[in-house]
Amino acid sequence: MSVATRTLTFREAVNDALAVEMQRDPDVVLMGEDVAGGATVPGFEQEDAWGGVLGVTKGLVQRFGRDRVLDTPISESGFIGAAVGAAATGLRPVAELMFVDFFGVCMDQIFNQGAKLRYMFGGKARVPMVIRTMIGAGYRAAGQHSGCHYSVFTHMPGLKTVVPSTPADAKGLLAASIRDDDPVMFFEHKLLYDTSGEVPEGEYVVELGRADTKREGDGATVVAIGRMVHFALEAAETLAAGGVEVEVVDPRTLSPLDDEAILASVRKTGRVVVVDEDNPRCSMATDIAALVASRAFDHLDAPPQLVTAPHTPVPFSPVLEDFYIPTPQRIAEAVQATL
Amino acid sequence: MELTKDKALWLYDRMVTIRAFEERVAKLFADGQIPGFVHLYAGEEAVAVGICAHLEDRDYITSTHRGHGHCIAKGVPLGPMMAELFGRVDGSCKGKGGSMHIADVSRGMLGANGIVGGGPPLACGAGLTAKRTGTGAVCVCFFGDGAAEQGTTHEGMNLAAIWKLPVIFVAENNGFAESTPVGYHCAASNIADRAAAYNIPGVSVDGYDVIAMYEAAGEAVDRARRGDGPSLIEAKTWRYFGHFEGDQVTYRTAEQSAAYREHDPLTFFAKQATERGLLTADQVEERDRAAEAAVDEAIAFAEQSPQPQPEDALTDVYVAYR
Repeated sequence: MSVATRTLTFREAVNDALAVEMQRDPDVVLMGEDVAGGATVPGFEQEDAWGGVLGVTKGLVQRFGRDRVLDTPISESGFIGAAVGAAATGLRPVAELMFVDFFGVCMDQIFNQGAKLRYMFGGKARVPMVIRTMIGAGYRAAGQHSGCHYSVFTHMPGLKTVVPSTPADAKGLLAASIRDDDPVMFFEHKLLYDTSGEVPEGEYVVELGRADTKREGDGATVVAIGRMVHFALEAAETLAAGGVEVEVVDPRTLSPLDDEAILASVRKTGRVVVVDEDNPRCSMATDIAALVASRAFDHLDAPPQLVTAPHTPVPFSPVLEDFYIPTPQRIAEAVQATL
Repeated sequence: MELTKDKALWLYDRMVTIRAFEERVAKLFADGQIPGFVHLYAGEEAVAVGICAHLEDRDYITSTHRGHGHCIAKGVPLGPMMAELFGRVDGSCKGKGGSMHIADVSRGMLGANGIVGGGPPLACGAGLTAKRTGTGAVCVCFFGDGAAEQGTTHEGMNLAAIWKLPVIFVAENNGFAESTPVGYHCAASNIADRAAAYNIPGVSVDGYDVIAMYEAAGEAVDRARRGDGPSLIEAKTWRYFGHFEGDQVTYRTAEQSAAYREHDPLTFFAKQATERGLLTADQVEERDRAAEAAVDEAIAFAEQSPQPQPEDALTDVYVAYR
């Protein structure tokens, strides 16, 4: 049976997932800064002046009302913690932490409350919440609005972490995250919002913890995350012209991580490059390299190569920021180094 | 708010049960039978009990590191509580939380909290659930004078106020944030004065007077159930023990502590209630004995409960992990 699809941007796909899941389950509520916008401006009660800072939640307030699309004060500890409390008592909140860098002002509520609550209570509580948050460099937004930081959250037991790279994955993985009974951090790369792709209509769920092979090949494995998947595919095109067929594996969820999919690809190709826009220390790049080294060492024909951001904050000046972000060229060079 | 004989008996029973529980925990801790940290509620009983007297099973509370009294006032059974302090499998949290994280979500007790100020945002969430689902439930957010200085407390009060959430904020001002006196750490004369900043009612109440607590709580709970939003109640109280067991309490004088003990909230209420014909002396004695017996039973339950298996450490992180 073929599934009806339509072409949507990544932004529209996220919006579609929210709308479908809110329609399906009245316990799903959205909260965050300006997720509607203009809430209290007289005459604008049913408008969404912004619909999220980059318009991702546009139109939802008209469909679902202000009781379910809740603008919050700029008070991340307050409303992220409220999402935890609401989840523990029966709602299924989707809170928006505008930029992931803002975790600094609300980490206690994520880490000490949301992530640990079930464990500390002996498994007698559930925290079915999603925190949607924007990541990524390339917007010239500098040090406090441009990080990735998903590795920080992947380190924390109790949290699940999801980083989609395509519109279809964004929709399916967000639906799965909302339906999941554990707290999920859902990372949206802001430079992917305007990318387009075919997206299934209606209810569509992509199971958490399953990697996706975005391109098949037997010459080398490139494991890439988020926006880096697209850079890896570009590099693969270049390398294919030279006769090297690269396999691009997109983990899609970092916790749980699909270890077996990564290992299976590396066992086939014998070579691995990990591409990660996050900072390199204690990162997904090092984690995946360690996974491969400890469990597929005998299959490796070359040392694993890592292509990551440098160990710096994200700089402002375009020249500096462009240097910070991994490029398709660097990925291609790293693959060449394994051959 | 008229106090019935039944309610008066309930108030006394819960207070004396908390007292008996905490005094025995102090001994068990000193004897090395309880690992980790415990923070005891003795002296503050009238606060939790006067407030929770208005709550039903559907209602929620968030608690603090000093949470045993809140549990007992909300109806968490003593046996699983004591087993939790012992770290045993029949504990409220299967031995994974201990005193600082003791919880019973099935009874609306959303957890003690090892983070000072951790609770107010969570209380807003419980209030949001109640409001959204229309159950008429309320959430009481207990926090200490130390937590009054945390940003989360202010964010929680503001959020509850703008969303008109059914939350009752209860500041248990026992005079000290650990060893730092409230007169130093708090810029306001009364924590209750801060309610003005959130445009909600705020009252300071004698936390040693359970009837005063009961009356103040009644108003705040009614307001929350009506959908009129949150309130702040500051209970001026005093803890009999140190910040934690093992604290030598070198920051308070013996005279101060003696003065508070002279006005013990249990003795005071027993006298007041018998004089007003709400309780008889026999009832008071009977409840005193029953509380000791209930705690004996809880200790026996905890002692016979098995230790967890080491590998139990690996479960309960996620509902489903792939």
